Amino acid sequence: MRLRPLVALLLFVGSGAAGAADLVVSAASSLTDAFQAVGKAYEVKHPGTHVVFNFAASDVLLRQIASGAPADVFASADQAAMDKAVAAKAIDPATRQDFASNRLVLIVPKDVTVKVASPADLKAATVKRVAYGDPASVPVGRYTKAALEQQGLWDAVSAKGVLAQNVRQSLDYVARGEVEAGFVFATDAAIAKDKVTVAAVVPTPKPITYPIAVVAGSKQAKEASGFESFVQSAEGRSILAGFGFEAP
Amino acid sequence: MGAIWVPLALSLKVALWATAINLVLGVAVAFGLSRWRSPVREVVDSILTLPLVLPPTVLGYYLLVMLGRRGVFGGWLDRMDIQLVFTWQGAVIASTLVAFPLVQKAARAAFEAVDPQLESAARVLGLREAAVFFRVSLPLAARGIAAGALLAFARALGEFGATLMIAGNLPGRTQTLSVAIYAAVQAGDDEGAAVMVAVTSVTCVVALLLAAWLAPNHLRRVRP
Repeated sequence: MRLRPLVALLLFVGSGAAGAADLVVSAASSLTDAFQAVGKAYEVKHPGTHVVFNFAASDVLLRQIASGAPADVFASADQAAMDKAVAAKAIDPATRQDFASNRLVLIVPKDVTVKVASPADLKAATVKRVAYGDPASVPVGRYTKAALEQQGLWDAVSAKGVLAQNVRQSLDYVARGEVEAGFVFATDAAIAKDKVTVAAVVPTPKPITYPIAVVAGSKQAKEASGFESFVQSAEGRSILAGFGFEAP
Repeated sequence: MGAIWVPLALSLKVALWATAINLVLGVAVAFGLSRWRSPVREVVDSILTLPLVLPPTVLGYYLLVMLGRRGVFGGWLDRMDIQLVFTWQGAVIASTLVAFPLVQKAARAAFEAVDPQLESAARVLGLREAAVFFRVSLPLAARGIAAGALLAFARALGEFGATLMIAGNLPGRTQTLSVAIYAAVQAGDDEGAAVMVAVTSVTCVVALLLAAWLAPNHLRRVRP
């Protein structure tokens, strides 16, 4: 019975973590590092507010929010996910704004064994697997699909496709050398510079822009729009720029 | 609708392979453990039971670090031209690992329940050790082992975490039912997911019913 206090402690440890002053920000995986820095800066300016992040593929976040997950801010990596959020009445459309833009890049492992300099090289038999986000739920996958369709390469590449659950998984597959090449955002490639090399910047039919919005029914809509404004302020923009994000 | 057969067939293939491997491996280890007199026996048993309690992500990580191209055995596997990451064989390894304790535990209990006098009698009558095993111990433990194997099959069929990490999500090649369900739910395809969820549930219930019917307890209750 000496265990009893320990059990009681473990049952309640961490209960204080999800308090009323928490601002829950659901953001696309590609924003992981940049938004954590933005969140820290925001907390410095707003003592008492604790920014809690939930990073995943944009469509996963959208599904959570549409199902009633208690998020306050939604930042997605493409317009399609945000359009779905609008259609599901999951966000307040009046608060929707683009806050950043990005580029799609083709990356290869640093200790490259197969020569890949452009998407067309992926057709080579030496390229056995190519990682990219699942186009059904991951924005970077949708950008990849659209870009490759435009170049007439989609059928050839998708036959070798390894579908990642989010952009960071695709980055990880390349960094570990499990695939010969992969598609990620330029900002993702930048955080793994020691493991991957950018083989080419891939033009996309539609520009890669990141929309942000306050979640419909957020209990802290005011604080949420405060965070949204901070992301777009000069300070927020410069943090994002530090991670390679460009102005929308 | 036709799309469901591909992941279903793949899941069955992976689960059957995993069960078959575990039948050989799990039974051999269980027999060894049941006859081994050593203080470290329970330590070994605990380590072998780990896959049952460890988070699948931990197992997936171990597998990736061991078997990946840059893993501990990556170079060796590469030279042998064996690809495990992103292949269905990788999914078999993940499923085999998570389901192993189910066969091992059941088989060990079954072997320990075999009356040692029967084995002694067989030896006295001139059977060699291998023959004692195949003609006495194994047949007597068969029901318990079969029940464990069915549980392992159901577990392997539902394996998700470790499989996703090592075999990835390659439609038609490594996308098993559970991975396909995950992908469908993420993409908002609730109808597709519902069908696959129903198929998985029914298959697992059938396996569990068979396991319950084969379990040794059942025999005792029906014929006291």
